[in-house]
Amino acid sequence: MAMRTPLKTARHLGSAKEGADHFWKQRITAVANLFLGLFLVWLIASLIGADHATVKAKLADPLIALALLALIISGTIHMRLGMQTIIEDYVHTEASKIVLLMLNTFFAAFVALASIFAILKLSFGA
Amino acid sequence: MVQLTLPKNSKISQGKTWNRPDREGDWKELKVYRWSPDDDDNPRIDTYFVDQKQCGPMVLDALLKIKNEIDPTLTFRRSCREGICGSCSMNIDGTNTLACLKGMDEVSGAVKIYPLPHMEVIKDLVPDMSNFYAQHRSIEPWLKTDTATPPGEWKQSRDDREKLDGLYECILCACCSASCPSYWWNSDRYLGPAILLQAYRWVIDSRDEATGERLDNLEDPFRLYRCHTIMNCAKACPKGLSPAKAIAELKKLMVERRV
Ligand code: SF4
Ligand code: SF4
Ligand code: FES
Repeated sequence: MAMRTPLKTARHLGSAKEGADHFWKQRITAVANLFLGLFLVWLIASLIGADHATVKAKLADPLIALALLALIISGTIHMRLGMQTIIEDYVHTEASKIVLLMLNTFFAAFVALASIFAILKLSFGA
Repeated sequence: MVQLTLPKNSKISQGKTWNRPDREGDWKELKVYRWSPDDDDNPRIDTYFVDQKQCGPMVLDALLKIKNEIDPTLTFRRSCREGICGSCSMNIDGTNTLACLKGMDEVSGAVKIYPLPHMEVIKDLVPDMSNFYAQHRSIEPWLKTDTATPPGEWKQSRDDREKLDGLYECILCACCSASCPSYWWNSDRYLGPAILLQAYRWVIDSRDEATGERLDNLEDPFRLYRCHTIMNCAKACPKGLSPAKAIAELKKLMVERRV
């Protein structure tokens, strides 16, 4: 039994005065993902059965490469924010929460960098 | 991590049966959660039979009849018995509601009655509301002004007054908060639907001069943003209010003041 008043507990460390940013970015990336996702579906459909050279030629088009990069960036930001929410919802041990939040960021960054590298390699590669 | 199974000392056992029907009548069976801090027993479900011919129509009427005539140890809160004080909130037939507004005929078969979920139980159907009330206190639910108090009253236009409709009716029964999964998992830091509805009530009050300060105090990943629009709150509210909508409005204002 901690000898604290309920109000002391309720006020805790005060407001972090943030959260709107997370909320807003989550919405922006959701909208972006919607359009970029449709573009991806179109791209994949148009490349069904295509060989490596055709795919490369397609990705050499700067507009297509840029749209794909945008999808990767928007998608991984969205993924990271979403996963962060789930961790904050369900993980209540401070130490594991911090470790998981870090891993979440690392994972999203890794996915983003690896995908960007792959797109650039296809787009620029000889 | 979130706990999905009950700890050993919270496992519910089968309890006693009281007042078995011994004559003709319109008998209703009530299965009620019992737990007392005064012994080391696990919680149990007691079964009571009440003759509806000799009892009012609401679940609260049956509880009062049980307490008065069958088992005086049964413990629950009530006061107004007409849905205005918010005391008799409990989980009836799987939903949080007010015992005084829930008709027994709305439930087919036995009426199952539990305390509000995910709150600590003080005894039987009485949950510990201290955290809930402290959270309400923490949003400072009173008019805050810096302008010198006018003679008479703080004026408000009809349009502005209308903005409080759907908010001022809240009786702080906590049915919504105790139905919100986010509140279950994080009630120590998340304010929950009832308190956020109250917070919004003061944020949009045209007479209040502390709007920005109030929003500052709400803008927090836990206090406000644990709400994921699951909508259980709006479904649960026995007064037909929508805390989810109030919360969405708060989130809108948070964006509005920065874009
Ligand atoms: S809408 Fe928000 S407050 Fe209401 S039940 Fe869902 S998470 Fe809880
Ligand atoms: S919003 Fe409805 S359910 Fe929630 S505390 Fe107020 S009256 Fe009760
Ligand atoms: S007794 Fe007052 S709300 Fe039910």
